[in-house]
Amino acid sequence: MSKLFSKENCEVFSNPLNLNNPITVQVLGICSALAVTSQLEPAIVMGLSVTVITAFSNVIISLIRKTIPNRIRIIVQLVVVAALVTIVSQILKAFAYDVSVQLSVYVGLIITNCILMGRLEAFAMQNAPWESFLDGIGNGLGYALILVIVGFVRELLGFGTLLGFQIIPDFCYENGYMNNGMMTMPAMSLIIVGCVIWAHRSINKEDK
Amino acid sequence: MKINTNSNVYTFVYAAVMVVIVAFLLAFVASALKPIQDANVERDTKNQILTSLNITGLSGADIDQKYKEVVTGELQEQGGKVFVATVDGATKYVIPVKGRGLWGGLWGYISIDEDKQHVFGTYFDHESETAGLGARIKERWFQEKFNGKPIFTDDPNQVALTVVKVGQSKKETEIDGVTGATLTSVGVAGMVTDGLQQYIEFLNK
Repeated sequence: MSKLFSKENCEVFSNPLNLNNPITVQVLGICSALAVTSQLEPAIVMGLSVTVITAFSNVIISLIRKTIPNRIRIIVQLVVVAALVTIVSQILKAFAYDVSVQLSVYVGLIITNCILMGRLEAFAMQNAPWESFLDGIGNGLGYALILVIVGFVRELLGFGTLLGFQIIPDFCYENGYMNNGMMTMPAMSLIIVGCVIWAHRSINKEDK
Repeated sequence: MKINTNSNVYTFVYAAVMVVIVAFLLAFVASALKPIQDANVERDTKNQILTSLNITGLSGADIDQKYKEVVTGELQEQGGKVFVATVDGATKYVIPVKGRGLWGGLWGYISIDEDKQHVFGTYFDHESETAGLGARIKERWFQEKFNGKPIFTDDPNQVALTVVKVGQSKKETEIDGVTGATLTSVGVAGMVTDGLQQYIEFLNK
């Protein structure tokens, strides 16, 4: 048991949350970060789905890593991810129809998420299943964390709400406060991600 | 025996076996879950029609029960199907509409009063509009803006009900669109106006 949660394994899990964050440090998965963060709820759902899929595709690839022919390894990884995403979406459609309707677009987006392919290629191909599982969970959560930060800022300033509940009180609107329509545009999430990266790098300067 | 994982034969066999396994797996999952999914889709359609009649918040078997109670028949009119419903003793007609959004299809149901002059309620949905922007046409606050609005202005042969940019509505028949989702709003406008226009004979009957 102690071996499962050794120091190295804890680092595999915690590094992507901060020092090696997939979005702010590796700058992967930016495309979906732009598309789904205009409100908080889709950002959270997307973050969790990516976490689950990254973790399980990491485990599967890690289990079969020694049999994969080197020349078609990317294709094999892609097939595993696509099959997994399709099965998950079919199961959701059958047993959690409401969730699957909400997720409709995002499930497809997960297949193209650069973080998945990045982790499969960089980590799962060289490491054992348990480490790969931790790595997948860590990277998924690191990705979800940034999505939630961006979604929080955009929904609060763009709509005056959080998770659909009104946060900015009515008297602010009566006294001339207006929601910032710019925040609802995809371009703003790029600027917010930029600000997050800036803040993240200046905090961690000494460590490097 | 050590297998050479870089040989051509191995690569071909590996790819073939992998494809067959994945194909069988997906086919099995899809066909095993198909009946449950179809039932979900059918129930969802019923729920959409009920939502357009301002009956919301139902789930599971309650939807089937309520649908049986409320929707009393179907008419085949010039333009397509019309559902007949009875809500609190009053007759309502539900007209299905289809349109094009920014990224994919839009569809919805518009319920109208018995006099065929005013909207009673609406339901809109979309295939793949942008989350938080165009996708908000699915939310009730937008759909409820249509409640009680007139369908025609002066000309009974031209549907006037439409959607315009936020803040630019001047007439009763012009509904504010969604901020930041101009193209989806244009799609909804086309769907509502053209969709009802197809039923013009029924509306004037």
